Amino acid sequence: MKNMKSSTKINFATYLGVVAAYIVITLLISNGVLGRKAAALLVPACCYVVMAVSLNLTVGILGELSLGHAGFMSVGAFAGIIAAMSLVEAVPFEPLRLGIAMVVGAVCAGIAGIIVGVPVLRLRGDYLAIVTLAFGEIIKDLINCLIVGHDSKGLHIIFNFKGLKTVDDLGLLDGGTVIIKGAQGATGTVTIASFTAGVILILITLFIVLNLVHSRSGRAIMAIRDNRIAAESVGINITKYKLMGFVTSAALAGAAGALYGLNYSSLQATKFNFNTSILVLVFVVLGGLGNIWGSIIAAVVLYVLPEALRSVADLRMLVYAIVLILVMLATNSPKLKGLLAKVIPHKKGDEVNE
Amino acid sequence: MSKKFEKPNMVPVPSHSIIPDRDIGKSPILECSHLGIDFGGLRAVDDFNLTIGRTEIAGLIGPNGAGKTTVFNLLTKVYQPTRGTILLDGIDTAGKSTIQINRMGIARTFQNIRLFSNLTVEDNVKIGLHNQETYSMLSGIFRLPKYWKKERVAHERALELLSIFDMQHMADMKAGSLPYGAQRRLEIVRALATNPSLLLLDEPAAGMNPSETAELMENIVKIRDMFQIAVLLIEHDMSLVMSICEGICVLNFGQVIAKGTAEEIQANPAVIEAYLGKKKEG
Repeated sequence: MKNMKSSTKINFATYLGVVAAYIVITLLISNGVLGRKAAALLVPACCYVVMAVSLNLTVGILGELSLGHAGFMSVGAFAGIIAAMSLVEAVPFEPLRLGIAMVVGAVCAGIAGIIVGVPVLRLRGDYLAIVTLAFGEIIKDLINCLIVGHDSKGLHIIFNFKGLKTVDDLGLLDGGTVIIKGAQGATGTVTIASFTAGVILILITLFIVLNLVHSRSGRAIMAIRDNRIAAESVGINITKYKLMGFVTSAALAGAAGALYGLNYSSLQATKFNFNTSILVLVFVVLGGLGNIWGSIIAAVVLYVLPEALRSVADLRMLVYAIVLILVMLATNSPKLKGLLAKVIPHKKGDEVNE
Repeated sequence: MSKKFEKPNMVPVPSHSIIPDRDIGKSPILECSHLGIDFGGLRAVDDFNLTIGRTEIAGLIGPNGAGKTTVFNLLTKVYQPTRGTILLDGIDTAGKSTIQINRMGIARTFQNIRLFSNLTVEDNVKIGLHNQETYSMLSGIFRLPKYWKKERVAHERALELLSIFDMQHMADMKAGSLPYGAQRRLEIVRALATNPSLLLLDEPAAGMNPSETAELMENIVKIRDMFQIAVLLIEHDMSLVMSICEGICVLNFGQVIAKGTAEEIQANPAVIEAYLGKKKEG
């Protein structure tokens, strides 16, 4: 039982850490230490933390490279915006509406994950990277063709593939609202995202990912990562567990996307491009593959740092790059590793060789 | 902690705690007939016939490149055979996948060790128990009562199985950091965890020193007695093969050149020729 209890303890420490950070930041805001500019970064930072943790599930724990994580965020964002905007009257209570929007975003992104994953995850090799890369681009273009409105009769959706249709073709009744206007994206969105919701989403994500990793399914997923042939030889259904990990990851990205989308009154599909996918991948790689805490810290630091450096706009990307290089050098230096090993109580397994 | 695992000294004491009662009938567990596979124009294995009894320890030997591991890969359907049939417990395994074969009762180890090296020893064994102690992904995420119950059983069984090789104290270590011999033993434990009726061991003694090999020999016999399973092993260590295998099959260039007991094999001229070469004439 010892093993199980220690993992539960570490999980609780993680949740407590997040809650403590939330309390500190809330206090700082109420005392006026954190300005409005800094406070505006909180919700997107939460979204990127969830993105990083969920991508870590695919890349670090499942061991498959995904280059289109922003694509799932995009699906979640626009699905969430549509859900939230159509329910403005039906569900006046904002937190509930936000919750529904995040669930809708997660479900839609999960379905997208199944569509991408079912054919690709049967194959061995790096096909997932190629297909997710394409998926990210395709989703961006598809959403650019989307015109969506809502009125008393319900949702009206047009796919504007030829570029000939406009908002008027929706045929909205009086009092209807246009939610997504093709390439202009979602405009006039009622922003209901809050920092509290972001922290709750982080906690839910951590709960799902950490508990999954320490369960039978999680072990199967990690077994596939470590040795596919051996996993097959002990009777693990490779495709099923790969899909399980990948779809969970996509759904969490969808929920993060919904939160992100409902934080801005206007949002274009081009926001979720290849650069965003790579940005999240950088969080995961720098935080350490399979290291959930590392993903959280890397996401916060690397998201906040470029924004904080806006005052020195010209040098911003230079400093960012130097920090990245320093982190990579530092994490590879044996001296620093030795120092860390002394500070952090060593794990039993790491001592024999390395 | 679980109760101390009792090591049986005598044949046969089926352990109820580890594996449910198994029917120990007279019929063979494995029957291969005319098994063969071609890789392009190369006949890697041809006309391979082998029958293994339910509690038999059988050896598969032969010079390097004879096709021994290929036979294992055929039995576990890593390769689909080009010709021939494999009956496992009387059931034809044609068209089954590696995963289904494992569920039908064949477990194996690998010549080049294939552990889940980033996971702990205990987790490695628990992954072997994957299809024994099942609960859904959702019970795992939400930690429903079934999760706690099954995890406790899995934890106890993992320690019990590890105790066969006195490895309980290593349960929390990373599998990849174990010494070589312990990694080989862990692979056997992981294979046993899948509750097999036939255990395939691919060079279990490779890289072990003589005292480790001697201990391994005892343990293989012990496992057979304890679980009442059949064991088929590939091995180059002749002292091991000759002392514990009840039946030996010799393979050369993909074909069976001899079958029989240890004495028969040692006296067989074809075997001596395959290993040592032909005497020059004149």
